[in-house]
Amino acid sequence: MLSLIVFLPLVAAAVLAAVPASVGRRVFAVSWVVVAAADLALVVAAWIGYDPSGGMAYEQQLPWIPTAGVSYHVGIDGLSLPLVAVTAGLFLACAIYSLRQTHRVKSFVLLFLGLQTVSQGLFTALDLILFFVYFDLSIVGMYFVIARWGHGSAKRSALTFFLYTFIGSLALLLGFIGLSLAAQPHTFDIVALARAAPLAGSGAYGALVLLAIGIGLAIKTPTVPFHTWLPPAHTDAPAAGSAILAGVLLKMGTYGFVRIAMPLLPETWRQYASVVVVVGVLSVLYGALVALAQEDFKRMIAYTSVNHMGYIILAVGAAGILAGSDEQARSLAVTGAVTQMVSHGLLTGALFLLAGILYDRRDSYDMSAYSGLAGPAPVFAGVTGLVAFASLGLPGFSGFIAEFQIFTGSLASATVATALALLGILITAGLLLRALHRVFLGSLRIPDAPGAARDFTDLRPSEAASILPLLAMAIAIGVLPRFLLDVIEPAATALIGMVGR
Amino acid sequence: MNMHPAALIPELALVAGAVLGLLLGSWLPRHHQWPVRLLAALACLVGLAATAAAMGSPARMVFGGSYAVDTATNAGRIIVLAATLLTLCLSIETVDSHHRETEFHVLMLLAALGTIVLTGASDLLLLVAGYLLASIPLYALAGFFKDAPGTEASLKYYLMGALLGVTMLAGVTILYGVGRSTGYATLAQNLPAAPRAAVAVGLVVVLAGLLFKIGAVPAHFWVPDVTEGASIPVAAFVTTVPKIGGLIAVYRLVAEALPGVAVNWPLLPAILAAASMTLGNLAAFFQDTVRRLLAYSTISQVGYLLIAAVVATRSEIALPSLLFYLAAYAVTNLGAFAVVAELPGASRLADYRGLARRHPGLAAVLVVCLLGLVGTPPTAVFLGKLEIFSAAIDGGATWLAVVAVVNTVASLFYYLRWIAPAFLRPAPEQETDTDVLAPAGRWSALAAYTAGAASLALGVVGGVVLPLGMGPLLP
Repeated sequence: MLSLIVFLPLVAAAVLAAVPASVGRRVFAVSWVVVAAADLALVVAAWIGYDPSGGMAYEQQLPWIPTAGVSYHVGIDGLSLPLVAVTAGLFLACAIYSLRQTHRVKSFVLLFLGLQTVSQGLFTALDLILFFVYFDLSIVGMYFVIARWGHGSAKRSALTFFLYTFIGSLALLLGFIGLSLAAQPHTFDIVALARAAPLAGSGAYGALVLLAIGIGLAIKTPTVPFHTWLPPAHTDAPAAGSAILAGVLLKMGTYGFVRIAMPLLPETWRQYASVVVVVGVLSVLYGALVALAQEDFKRMIAYTSVNHMGYIILAVGAAGILAGSDEQARSLAVTGAVTQMVSHGLLTGALFLLAGILYDRRDSYDMSAYSGLAGPAPVFAGVTGLVAFASLGLPGFSGFIAEFQIFTGSLASATVATALALLGILITAGLLLRALHRVFLGSLRIPDAPGAARDFTDLRPSEAASILPLLAMAIAIGVLPRFLLDVIEPAATALIGMVGR
Repeated sequence: MNMHPAALIPELALVAGAVLGLLLGSWLPRHHQWPVRLLAALACLVGLAATAAAMGSPARMVFGGSYAVDTATNAGRIIVLAATLLTLCLSIETVDSHHRETEFHVLMLLAALGTIVLTGASDLLLLVAGYLLASIPLYALAGFFKDAPGTEASLKYYLMGALLGVTMLAGVTILYGVGRSTGYATLAQNLPAAPRAAVAVGLVVVLAGLLFKIGAVPAHFWVPDVTEGASIPVAAFVTTVPKIGGLIAVYRLVAEALPGVAVNWPLLPAILAAASMTLGNLAAFFQDTVRRLLAYSTISQVGYLLIAAVVATRSEIALPSLLFYLAAYAVTNLGAFAVVAELPGASRLADYRGLARRHPGLAAVLVVCLLGLVGTPPTAVFLGKLEIFSAAIDGGATWLAVVAVVNTVASLFYYLRWIAPAFLRPAPEQETDTDVLAPAGRWSALAAYTAGAASLALGVVGGVVLPLGMGPLLP
């Protein structure tokens, strides 16, 4: 079942690769939508069949490289299932959004189908090497997306992105090797390693392994001070690429913390949890403040991503501090972190697609060049407003559920840090409102783009059909969060049990 | 003297192929010498089949304990023979209907034979014989087309090889003097009691020759010149095949002759490994010609491979990781060279502009091979690197693994400098008189596709291949 979900896009890509590009771009664009929809349907079926109290489900383990302790081991639990679902949803949204794409459609579609396999594979992987394979391939795939379909100084940004995140992935690999060599027998199996926790009581060695894994994941997440690759990569990537990069690829870092760093190195994690909390708060505040200073709409969203990821890091750090908190609070923090991953995936994905519309119409993200867009494009303005409100954590949207749980769960164990992080929400609210105000209100002003009409076209059907469902999901989670929380909570409690060993 | 010619069928097949090829070539018309090519391929295939058949049988020493037929030798044979076959395939466009085609193939078979002898040699004298047999045909091949760059490359290669070959002989003399034998088994017994300084000097000097063979720092100066000056198939062969023999020989020497010696010998390959990967990478950074870039990349790859020798006696996975990495490196490097051979007009990185649109298949092979050389999963070199890093950490050389990781990241930069133009739109003002991306023919393309597919497949089914490298060294 899981392998089908993971490899369906890749098989579709292999079939489409055999179709000559001359049959027309619509064939590729439409089949991409169909495949992405089928994959989402499979994920929904898997969700319906999933028993939250049962732990790991749909497990499958095949020997791959037995001599090295590597196996093809997949499975999902409450931590990964929501992310697999968000991934499938976001890829479908990107497929619909890209229906109007004209530039090199065939290779674009093939690349995205490959990326979908890689992303879903990562969230289902239960073997460190399998995880690493997908982790690295996601970097390669995204490099080509940015370098070939990006704009501005795309090549340069793509190179920065590749080199920077590649350093992270190799640090991760060193950490994985360190982990596996500590286990007897040597294995890369996440479940077996979580059971054994081989580095308990190993002191400096465990700290070094956690440092390597932590740096690898922190670069991908990204947290301050490893975030510098993110703004240029986002700014120059195509809209669908940005949405996937922010919505899915960033989650790989934070997911790594809850899937690998916490359960496999529980003792070391507890020891250094306060460092993680500090990094989280720094990301929250720094991301928000820098976002406040941006003139570029897309760059601003990129920095708010740093801010939103900071909340997750804060939560997972606080979940490792045992003093002053009970198990329920720590479990709440982890639940909030996973909910935040889902919420950020939906909302930032939507925001980047909306930013893509700005560029599509007028070749510019410069907020000072736009004004009064609410007049000619009321739907666009309304949707952007709603998504922005959702993103800053207004009640009724998924962001609120996530951030509320994170703060409640972290307050007891990391009081000062949580209080400081609350300021981040305030700044984010300010900057998003300011952006809305500048771009959509006031007298109409739109930058000149060669060959464009004088007015500003509102949302087209394909754009609306891709963005509105993401917003609807965010509202659904905000109003009726139980269907999501019921899945996450047992897994979060189990994780806290492992960290507390 | 336990002579078992039957154990040496692969080696004998190459000898027979070379001798018969030479005879056959002298009876063939000057511009229709392709039957020799067939004969050479046949010799390789016979060797492969014989090795595959022999893999199940127990390891043994033959010819007075001078030649080991064990896991490492068998793996070395398979890699060398397969690499030779691939090189034969990608050389067809270059040497087809050349009036000295016979010599080309015969020399290549002899060099492959010398390389295989290097992998199995358990005696210093046989090691020297293998060294000479693997070197001299290549000096001739480097200058095969008698053009100015080729001649210069050949001369440089020869001078360096002759110098370090003589040096190596001096080292053999020293080790023989203090160890009272040239066989590794006896050396391992006698060397611990020998003067440490003499053993250290002898080791350094014997390694000098092998370092020349594998093109590692500080004996690497010939690599870029030969890679650029010689014809492309020769460059592919020289940067791939001798390394296989040389590295297994280094491993065998340190693992079999030195374990009991009080000299801190792992430090030497460790420093050489770190220097090779770092200098190779730094020099590759701003190369503009593809062949020089590949040349420096092979120097850095040798650095990673040498890590296995460092932990030879301290990690059980050192040998399988070395053998697997060698196989992975051979197909991946040959794949990159096959792309270069298919596009002989494109000599600079900028010439690859628009490759993805003109030849999407070749661009895919290029991406697989170059990212493979970096060590991106799921290609074969990734698995090789994973194994070799694990061996390094397992053997207590974590610092070397960290250096290797840093170098891996650095290497990504120059491989991307090659990949990036391939995916750009073709240059708008194409000079119409010269088409730099004109394909050479289908054989080079076939070699490129085969190598690219093999590099991917070896990575995915590595679990099946890796255990084949498990098994003790003899004696």
